Amino acid sequence: MTLELRGITKQFPGVLANDDVNLSASEGEIVALLGENGAGKTTLMNILYGLYTPTAGEVIVDGKALVLESPADAIDAGIGMVHQHFMLVPVFTVAENVVLGDEPTKRMGWLDSRRAKKTVTDISGRYGLDVDPDAIVEDLPVGFQQRVEIIKVLAREARFLVFDEPTSVLTPPEVERFFEIVNGLKADGKGIIFISHKLGEALEIADRIVIMRRGKTVAEVNPRDVDEPKLAELMVGRPVDLVVNRTESDPGDVVLSVNDLTVLDDRGRNAVDRLSIEVRAGEIVGIAGVQGNGQTELVESLTGMRPSLGGVVRLKGLDVTSKSPRAIHNLDVAHVPEDRQKSGLVLQFTVTENIVLDSYHQAPISRGVRMDWGQATDRALRLVEEYDVRTPSTEVKVSTLSGGNQQKVIVAREFDRDVTLVIASQPTRGIDVGSIEYIHSRIVEERDAGAAVLIVSSELDEIMALSDRILVMYEGRVVAEFDGSASTTDIGLAMLGSRPDEEAS
Amino acid sequence: MTAVSDASEQLTSTRATPAEKRATAVGIVLVLLAAFTFWAFGLDVDSGFESQFNLSLPGARYENLSWVVDSRAVGFIVALVLAFLGGFILRRSHLKWTNLSLSVGLALFVFSFLTWAAADGAFSFVGMLTSTVVLSVPVTLGALTGLMCERVAVINIAIEGQLLTSAFVGTIVGSAAGIWVGLFAAMLTGALLGAVLAVLAIKYRMDQIIAGVVINIFALGLTSFLARRVLAQSQELNSPGRFGSVKIPFLGDIPVIGPMFFDHNMFVYITFILVIALHFGLFYTRWGLRSRSVGEHPKAADTVGINVYRTRYRNVILGGVIAGFGGGFLTLAQVSRFEENLTAGIGFIGLAALIFGRWRPLGVLAAGLVFGFARALQQKLGILGTPIPSEFLSMTPYIVTIIVVAGVVGRARPPAADGQPYIKD
Repeated sequence: MTLELRGITKQFPGVLANDDVNLSASEGEIVALLGENGAGKTTLMNILYGLYTPTAGEVIVDGKALVLESPADAIDAGIGMVHQHFMLVPVFTVAENVVLGDEPTKRMGWLDSRRAKKTVTDISGRYGLDVDPDAIVEDLPVGFQQRVEIIKVLAREARFLVFDEPTSVLTPPEVERFFEIVNGLKADGKGIIFISHKLGEALEIADRIVIMRRGKTVAEVNPRDVDEPKLAELMVGRPVDLVVNRTESDPGDVVLSVNDLTVLDDRGRNAVDRLSIEVRAGEIVGIAGVQGNGQTELVESLTGMRPSLGGVVRLKGLDVTSKSPRAIHNLDVAHVPEDRQKSGLVLQFTVTENIVLDSYHQAPISRGVRMDWGQATDRALRLVEEYDVRTPSTEVKVSTLSGGNQQKVIVAREFDRDVTLVIASQPTRGIDVGSIEYIHSRIVEERDAGAAVLIVSSELDEIMALSDRILVMYEGRVVAEFDGSASTTDIGLAMLGSRPDEEAS
Repeated sequence: MTAVSDASEQLTSTRATPAEKRATAVGIVLVLLAAFTFWAFGLDVDSGFESQFNLSLPGARYENLSWVVDSRAVGFIVALVLAFLGGFILRRSHLKWTNLSLSVGLALFVFSFLTWAAADGAFSFVGMLTSTVVLSVPVTLGALTGLMCERVAVINIAIEGQLLTSAFVGTIVGSAAGIWVGLFAAMLTGALLGAVLAVLAIKYRMDQIIAGVVINIFALGLTSFLARRVLAQSQELNSPGRFGSVKIPFLGDIPVIGPMFFDHNMFVYITFILVIALHFGLFYTRWGLRSRSVGEHPKAADTVGINVYRTRYRNVILGGVIAGFGGGFLTLAQVSRFEENLTAGIGFIGLAALIFGRWRPLGVLAAGLVFGFARALQQKLGILGTPIPSEFLSMTPYIVTIIVVAGVVGRARPPAADGQPYIKD
């Protein structure tokens, strides 16, 4: 039995997201769909899952063309999807999430919770997933939440499983465990489509690799015939330098020193728990860790966006604990925030307006109560040129730019002065390879110019490529420190904290 | 290096967590209450005064039950307990007990206050508890309306307007065609306004607060206008009669509990049944699981084939039916005539009860009883003739609302998607 997407075209207003795409998967086969962000992978999968209707083309299962108008149709056709952002209700139990939409009931719609739990334990046992049906989903580690998603799909008797960027939230050991699970599913005769932009993983797991670029399927290769640079070239359309060029670091004085910092998250728990770090001038310190281990709160606290509960933050010896974002910014701290659309940019503002967001109140942009827009535009034009921001003009709304160019606007604004400290959180999340190369090289330039750099990223590859020193954060604390040449395996283990039992489960 | 860590040690201990700050605040409030109780309800009362709490209503099977206490002694004892509780909480060693201590403390304070008000006199305690239950009904029904809506992530602040309009329609139709038809019309009116809110919020994705405000203003304007124009001239349309009490045999004769719970009109019974039904419905049935999933994570619900829009429409309209039932209670059971702005904020207090009750039916009932108690207290104190000005007394329910919503609740978690329109790609 096979699943086939034939000639799929999807036209959005102004964008051709999919252009005559062909993809197929058979039972017992793992197909990797590889492509950059924005290549059209997610659109394709949403068509397969009945969330979008294609402009042209058809989805064929077992030789029969299907009309998929809703996820329910896809489920009926035996197609299951494990979304990148889990489709789980956080306050429900595992069993409730698994049966939602297809609940076993007694009379009058009364839930049969025993049967619901049995469904979970049966599937969990069969594939060795080790999930407790009574656990509340939000209390589970991300790796287990993903297993709940898998159980949910299997409970609906899916024969084809689509995984959308399944490893982006997992630690390396969890990825290993995940691959075991996927291979188990394959052995059980399931057809699997694995969407990713990670080359190494596609090479490791897939039987066949299909590459998408700009909405088209551009190549189909056998993983045994290719290597990473070749895949990267197919994916981007030109040869790519996968290694960041940088020299040995030459650390100077301590710029940022954090002592016993404690910060609460929105739910009042200690997200950062008596954490101490130091960053010196001329070095890049990378903070690795699975998302949700306090990195967000740490950065927010260091940049003044979130008050701290205890501890001291010093910048060149000056106490800046819980100072305002502007006070910290005025001490020449550049901040590239985690979510560019939420806290880095005002999306409805133009490029110029976003460029002067940090300096509109100072001369020469501000002249008393009046703004000097001429000066502002001059600065924006200069920075757009200097930082290679691809935009039709400085007067378009920043929301119309691609993710990579939006990120460059932020980097341009933050780096355009003598920076003492750079705090960059997920600096290249969701942007194209070209922009990643560029932003990485700018960060290294800042280091070489003598700035202290703190990078936070959940992409271990990024941390490894940039950092002179790597700290691993787990449950709000730094649990391990490595130099830049440490092995992925060691760091990956540290990302799970010091709990050796985790690996066994 | 050591100097730095010493300094940070100090800083860590000086900055308090929110829970600790709360404990401090609660502790101070309790100590202040203790001082006030000691002075006003203890020292200021003449020694030898006694307060009599009547525990039965005139004409009940077990008549003339009462409880007599020494007014001054109660003041002193309560002050002592409050001071102890306050001191205990101020130590911040048992943070989990903050809420419990505050609740116990407030209850004791109210008791001491009643003792003071009834000093050298008698007070119908059971009468007040009975009114508490009756007065909690519209608040609880309003809160259940809000619960139905917010559990599927539609914020309904139009409860007030729904109650008011359905009370009005209930009066007119009830006067013309009998109270049962009037009740049916009231429920239909509530459903209709619910449908209007649903269309604005779900289909047109209008800001739900604004949609609710618009409906409230419309309801107040229309009913006031019609009341002046129509009801004032034809009084026969403003006397629908009312649903009488149905005493439950045997249970109704139990002292205190009997009159409180088992000697009411059918609205009271149905409200209690509704609370229990919604509790089980929400947490133990397919309907409840699906509704809650739509309120927590509509996209997840959508991907497993649940129709988010239909679920929201259905629950918001059903919520409207409950509001209509509450409106019917106001003019077909509680009083049997309509007046301008008859609801006077009950719908909004219902919203407060929803928050206080943490979006759970049983919690909502408890909250409704607290607000009912506040209103009953206001009425009975008016009768007792305390030296407190009546304007202050009539503020009681609203002050309780503010205190409860701002202070006592702590932070409850509303449904995660509450107030957000769902946009299907």
